[in-house]
Amino acid sequence: MTIQFNDESFRDDYSFHNSERALKRFPFPFHEDSYMYSVNMEQHRGGPADSVYEMRFDVDEHYVSEMKDRAIVLDQDPLRCQSLPHMTLAGWDLLELIMVSKSEDYPDLFELHREGDQWRWINKPLGIDDSFTFLDETTLPYGPMEYITRQAQGDFAVLDQRDDMLWMDAGMVTTQADWSLDFDIGMNFFEWHAPVPKAHEMGIFVRALKFLLNIQQGAPARRLNWTMTVNPLLDTSPENYHKWGIQKTTLTPENIGRKQHLRVELQTFFRLPRSNALVFPIRCYLCAFEDLMTVPKWGRRLHRVIRDLPEELATYKGFIDNRPLMLDYLSQFDDGLPTSPGIWPDLQSEPPLQK
Amino acid sequence: MSGAEKIRVRVSEITLINALVTRFRFERCDGADLPTFSGGAHTVVEMQDGGVTRLNPYSLMSDPYDQRSYTISVRRDDTGRGGSLFMHQQVKVGDEMTISYPVNLFSLDLRARKHLFLAGGIGITPFMAQIQQLERFGTQWELHYACRNKGLGSYADELTSRHPNQTHVYFDDQSQAINLPHLLEGQPLGTHVYVCGPKGMINWVRDTAQGLGWPQDNIHYEEFLAPQPGKPFEVKLAVSNKTIQVGEHESLLEAMEREGVDAPYLCRGGACGQCETAVIGYDGKFIHRDHWLEPQEHESGKKIMPCVSRFEGKTLVLDR
Ligand code: HEM
Ligand code: FES
Repeated sequence: MTIQFNDESFRDDYSFHNSERALKRFPFPFHEDSYMYSVNMEQHRGGPADSVYEMRFDVDEHYVSEMKDRAIVLDQDPLRCQSLPHMTLAGWDLLELIMVSKSEDYPDLFELHREGDQWRWINKPLGIDDSFTFLDETTLPYGPMEYITRQAQGDFAVLDQRDDMLWMDAGMVTTQADWSLDFDIGMNFFEWHAPVPKAHEMGIFVRALKFLLNIQQGAPARRLNWTMTVNPLLDTSPENYHKWGIQKTTLTPENIGRKQHLRVELQTFFRLPRSNALVFPIRCYLCAFEDLMTVPKWGRRLHRVIRDLPEELATYKGFIDNRPLMLDYLSQFDDGLPTSPGIWPDLQSEPPLQK
Repeated sequence: MSGAEKIRVRVSEITLINALVTRFRFERCDGADLPTFSGGAHTVVEMQDGGVTRLNPYSLMSDPYDQRSYTISVRRDDTGRGGSLFMHQQVKVGDEMTISYPVNLFSLDLRARKHLFLAGGIGITPFMAQIQQLERFGTQWELHYACRNKGLGSYADELTSRHPNQTHVYFDDQSQAINLPHLLEGQPLGTHVYVCGPKGMINWVRDTAQGLGWPQDNIHYEEFLAPQPGKPFEVKLAVSNKTIQVGEHESLLEAMEREGVDAPYLCRGGACGQCETAVIGYDGKFIHRDHWLEPQEHESGKKIMPCVSRFEGKTLVLDR
């Protein structure tokens, strides 16, 4: 199916919107009626047709607008993209991985022609047609990681692996849920996860790190993470907290359905072959509460999850103050009926709202 | 499924290097490109040896950017459990085999200003690939390579003629030896040391470097342990609800696989940690041989690495 790219904004007038199709493929992150941190990782080897799991790097209707938003952020704050000197090879790895994957998975949108080291890359949605020499930085307008991640949705953390540890030594981070690459650069897996509540005591990070260190070439993995965002903002960074933090106080019972968004991250993990580094793409999907509520199963479940979420998690995720308002709204869509297991909408089999 | 992804390959060339070492070249059966890899990576080669499946890791020694073929070198071990003998005696050009995707447990530290390689015997192979990777980017490196004698110095001539200034070869039978303290003291700041060879050599390098105040993180080593034969023993697998016998010439991991138990692994040489298994109960003594567990863990009797470690005694119950 061809993709119609939206013309929309993630700032000022917030014209971002999801089509019917985008809503149906939204990665709803709760497979049951409650939520707690866990080492929720699985193989990243495709998934149901047109789901966000199907391709290695999902391209959707927001692609072109998201790339415009990234360019604005980088223009105002170049430190959102950083790569320590030893990470250049990993940048080439990432460029190769994305170009090969996208040209194979979306041949009508992207083309890659390789003649030895002479590469030609065609990105039709963004109107790019560049020829360059692979592994020769002087033939690209940016470093390899920056070049390719200006053309790929989601944030990218590129981790060096040394001494049985992962180090955040490069990244492109403009669509993050309140963390900063400039702050975390050079840190290790335990250091950058230090602010997360509960998970350390639960031993989650020790096990997660072991899993990640053993991710091998050709066998990528994935997991979902989530938080809440008022207004469809991609850039909820600490650097710009003064701009978006106050927007959380603008929620009212009248506007919450439109303004409050569930923010889901599809996180994937790929071993990079030439550098032995690991890349961690964090792809952000936004969906307004009122759109989510059109799926009866998601309406029932979201209410129960938010109602029962431990206080520490609601505080860390930044919506503890708005939780009562959210629950007033969400409870309208919970009739107490049981829900089917799994994340899928199950529109055919789940009953409509009984109230 | 356990282990890394698999690739079907055909043996396209077999080259006798010397009395003990033979080189094998693999190309993909489907004619497609092989994955690139990073210098220091190994592949696990599957051997169908009579009724027995053997899985042995070998360092990839070809240019990591050559996607047409991979090469490995196999040293014949006449007293081992047979994997190397199978490669030397049974494998012919044209044979189809299964190998794993590259896995790197001996990666270069790309922050290094200079890479100092110390090889003993067949331990030269990972450095062959690393040298080709570094040459492409003009990074500084130096190799010190100890072999028994001229006849057994695999690739010593080739390396010396290609890289005369960086290559230093030492022959035991001529009483030549690496002057390690001197060598280490002369290195520029930011040098990383890599050692691959017999256990004694690895310990010697680590101890000497530590004695000279080198940061531990700047010393890298790889020693593939081949599983050693030992007395047969019996194991109860609690999760699979099976009691199995581990024979003299097989590892605990191999015995589980033979019985159809899906046990995780990567390196099969005690280095990666993937096969770590919890011990539920035991009466006897462990023969721990891995590099993965801490000494306290070895003493605790709570964990075992089935790829290389064994057990002697009455009962052993594992959480698998
Ligand atoms: C190498 C890959 C990873 C990177 C680069 C990464 C990075 C991050 C960062 C930057 C944060 C925000 C911390 C803050 O508040 O400043 C975070 C949060 C978190 N990470 Fe990771 N992470 C990785 C892998 C994982 C994995 C495999 C798990 C598996 C359990 C995990 C679990 C979490 C959890 C539970 C949070 C809190 C999220 C929330 O409640 O919204 N991370 N991670
Ligand atoms: S398989 Fe790697 S330690 Fe056992």
